[in-house]
Amino acid sequence: MGNRLSLRSEKRSKMILSIVLAVICVIYVLPVVMVALNSFKLNTYVKTDTFALPTGEMWAGIQNFEKGVTFGNYPFWNSVLYSTVITLLSTGMILLFTSMAAWYIARVNSLVCKAIYYLCVFSMVVPFQMVMYTLSQTADSLSLNTPWTIPIVYLGFGAGLAIFMFAGFVKSIPLEIEEAGSIDGCNTVRMFFSVVFPMLKPTMISVGILEIMWIWNDYLLPYLVLDINLYRTIPIHIQYLKGSYGTVDLGATMALILMSIIPVIVFYLACQKHIIKGVAAGAVKG
Amino acid sequence: MRKGIFKNPMRRWGWLFLGPVTICFVIGFVWPFFQGIYLSFCKFKLINRATWIGFGNYAKALSDPSFLHAFWYTALFAIVSLLLINILGFAVAYALTQGIKGSNLYRTVFFMPNLIGGIVLGYIWSMIFDGILSRYSTSILLNANYGFWGLIILMCWQQIGYVMIIYIAGLQAVPEDMLEAAKIDGATKAQTLFRVTIPNVMPSITICTFLTLTNGFKLFDQNLALTGGQPFLIQPDGTSVKTTEMLALNIYNTFYTASSSSKGVAQAKAVLFFILVAGLGLLQLWYTRKREVQQ
Repeated sequence: MGNRLSLRSEKRSKMILSIVLAVICVIYVLPVVMVALNSFKLNTYVKTDTFALPTGEMWAGIQNFEKGVTFGNYPFWNSVLYSTVITLLSTGMILLFTSMAAWYIARVNSLVCKAIYYLCVFSMVVPFQMVMYTLSQTADSLSLNTPWTIPIVYLGFGAGLAIFMFAGFVKSIPLEIEEAGSIDGCNTVRMFFSVVFPMLKPTMISVGILEIMWIWNDYLLPYLVLDINLYRTIPIHIQYLKGSYGTVDLGATMALILMSIIPVIVFYLACQKHIIKGVAAGAVKG
Repeated sequence: MRKGIFKNPMRRWGWLFLGPVTICFVIGFVWPFFQGIYLSFCKFKLINRATWIGFGNYAKALSDPSFLHAFWYTALFAIVSLLLINILGFAVAYALTQGIKGSNLYRTVFFMPNLIGGIVLGYIWSMIFDGILSRYSTSILLNANYGFWGLIILMCWQQIGYVMIIYIAGLQAVPEDMLEAAKIDGATKAQTLFRVTIPNVMPSITICTFLTLTNGFKLFDQNLALTGGQPFLIQPDGTSVKTTEMLALNIYNTFYTASSSSKGVAQAKAVLFFILVAGLGLLQLWYTRKREVQQ
């Protein structure tokens, strides 16, 4: 009897919990919905009727989107292109070169390796503001201010976490596999690319996701390094629109923001399992 | 034996495996870092025309009211956001591990804001806050309190999902038989939570605490996009203090918008900032190690 009672009260408390969570869930999605609603509103109504549906005279149709892509004297599609190029190129370079270095560091126990490893671990606790000015000057004097060369800067500044995660994983791979490879006549380079590299896949995904999330959303580093008149990433472009006070078209800005978060949300829904796993791994290790 | 097989053939390829990372690491971190420390002791407008002045920049940085204001403001922000994010994140994680239908959907939604960049987040929320505040004919840019709590709400929205993921992993690792034993011994839900569950997820709590603390101290994008330091308060001596400006933004503004002769002071602030953040990191390392030894 008492048992049944407690079962019933447990059922009820679970239901209350479900309702509370559902309400929080709706509140959580609301900001994104607000962006979508306001991207279809005429500029003057965004500020006065932020929470209203874009009906009647407020409706702007796709006018905001048409205006948004040419907004601020800079084509939006260019910034999408540059963001994509920078993110993919940097992530690719980081994955390839840091996994190579991490394997070498984990397997060869020399003084140089130790020095590089500890410098990398140290670099993880250094905030960007510490090197902000000198890094942008160094990059400038080496002409690294294009989307095709900025990956060098990302590889340098972002190497720490990647090497740390890869080295940790390599240490858990039994040496016997590589010993078997070397008895079969694999040289060092082939050993890495055909034996070790495929085994690194889970860490590759975790590191890759962390780097993509960082670089795609990064604002200050590309802003200081890139030649801003020619190359703007999406965050830089959006910051630029808002920076010119008074003349900002809020409706068009919301249209741009909507266009820039839709691919991110699609990417998230497509590989959320990997993303959540990668983030948890990075947090626990970093 | 291991070395006999491996050491020699591998070392011949060291340049290939370490070369690219080392070169980029020197360009992207090592050189800027040490040059930054050197320049913090110099007076300079351009990097190649620096003159050594000793600790003068540090003295100026520590007597700059805007820097001190930014420090206390950041510290307060970091502590308030740390408490709110961790308590709410833990509560959500706890609720989602009770076997409720649709837990996966909720988890997906709560984590989503982490994918959106800080600049974009700042503009989304500035639209929402101004939409509310314009009814009372004010704005988030006009009142420092609105700016503070606005940024807290924004960071909660973004980071609760993040710590939730870590707490869920921790909660799922709590041994089932311990919870069972507590139930058989007649422990109430609250007793089980505080005496069994929380002690078992202490490692996750440590990670999340330090993570949110350092994130709070390093915050830049969201601060820049939401208020950009406004409203400004004019001091009696004519200088102005940006009331909602945090440390990272203060350093940035000292570098790039204040008079160009203050770059040395800005670099000194950056070094102090680095010592603060790295100190928190070391504290975390020491604390985690100590716990591991105990267990």
